[in-house]
Amino acid sequence: MALEALEEYYDLDDILSSNEKIPCKIEMPIYRLGYLDSSSIYDDLLPGSKMELPYWMARSLCSRKRHMVSVELPKNYRESYREILTADATVVDLHKLGPYYYSFGTHLLKYELPDSPDVAKILVKAFQTRFRKVMDSSQNAYNEDTSKLTEKLDESERLLFKAGQLGLNDFIRWETRQTEKLTTSDMVKNHRKRKRAIMEDTG
Amino acid sequence: MLAEKALELVRELQRTTDGTLPPFNEDKVRQVLEEMKALFDQNQQDVSATVAGESGLFAGVQLRHAALERNKRCLLAYLYNRIQKIRNMRWEFGSVLPQDIKYNLSEQEVQWFNKYNKCLANYMRSIGTAGGLDLTQDMKPPKTLYVEVRCLMDHGEFETQDGNVIVLKKNSQHFLLRSECEHLIRQGILEHMVH
Repeated sequence: MALEALEEYYDLDDILSSNEKIPCKIEMPIYRLGYLDSSSIYDDLLPGSKMELPYWMARSLCSRKRHMVSVELPKNYRESYREILTADATVVDLHKLGPYYYSFGTHLLKYELPDSPDVAKILVKAFQTRFRKVMDSSQNAYNEDTSKLTEKLDESERLLFKAGQLGLNDFIRWETRQTEKLTTSDMVKNHRKRKRAIMEDTG
Repeated sequence: MLAEKALELVRELQRTTDGTLPPFNEDKVRQVLEEMKALFDQNQQDVSATVAGESGLFAGVQLRHAALERNKRCLLAYLYNRIQKIRNMRWEFGSVLPQDIKYNLSEQEVQWFNKYNKCLANYMRSIGTAGGLDLTQDMKPPKTLYVEVRCLMDHGEFETQDGNVIVLKKNSQHFLLRSECEHLIRQGILEHMVH
């Protein structure tokens, strides 16, 4: 468990997803940090003013023990968006809403807002409905441009898609007996490609 | 917003593709450290003011503390993930990194790479009784002892285990011990020919 927590600590995706903004209302004066709110002219953050704070900051100021700011649900997780997801999750552009829609949503649950149970439900539901499509498309796109297929996917769905593609490619290579051939390492290949591109640019 | 610079470091790393490593961003790392120093000093001030009797400063201290922790996390993640990449490169490129990648490492990273190399070599030598086992070999289960290969580029002379010297010239074909040429295939100098 300790090791898992450590992995997450260094996880780049988790760092990026915990930087998504949350609308907050300041509940008590925070002195000498007025510069955080670019629209305010005061030296201090005054109670009652509203601003958007990244999740990691809001989390340290609002929890069960502390209540220096109060947190609102970001609009992408409110009722109207939840209704869209209930209607048909497969057509929604989660990358536009996210791009870390699921993991940021999970972070939000920690605030125990009145809407939290509904958000939790809709996240699971949306994932379930969309998973089928993600799996289908990743298992059936062989040797083609996948950018169209992945453009509407959330970052975690993209990882799933990638895993599926890897599996598919490995399977087809095995089926056509290409596995016994020793090949150049992919990393070396990518490195060469890049180097060639740079050389063409400068030359 | 606070900790913005540190996040840029993380973004920069997130954007890089397999097989490349961006230059160690010393400048930005320094800027983050300066921001942290400023935050820490302000917190110290506020804490001593509180000790002196002023009240209501706690919220600000808490906020700056969170920013400090955040900066620390971003910096550590930046270093850690770079090291992970460098470690993977040891297994893909072999014990010598290509010049342009080496150029992008920081001094400490070069030191780390050399130490890792040494550790790995010592460990591989210590396995078994017959002079060790090369773990970087036979990444795929071997089917034959010898393989037929074609040179993809001029690589100069190559001395085989039995003492013969062959010239690896572009487009020439050879029949070599699998264990001897696997690394050269992985590095894209030879191509394995299967019929």
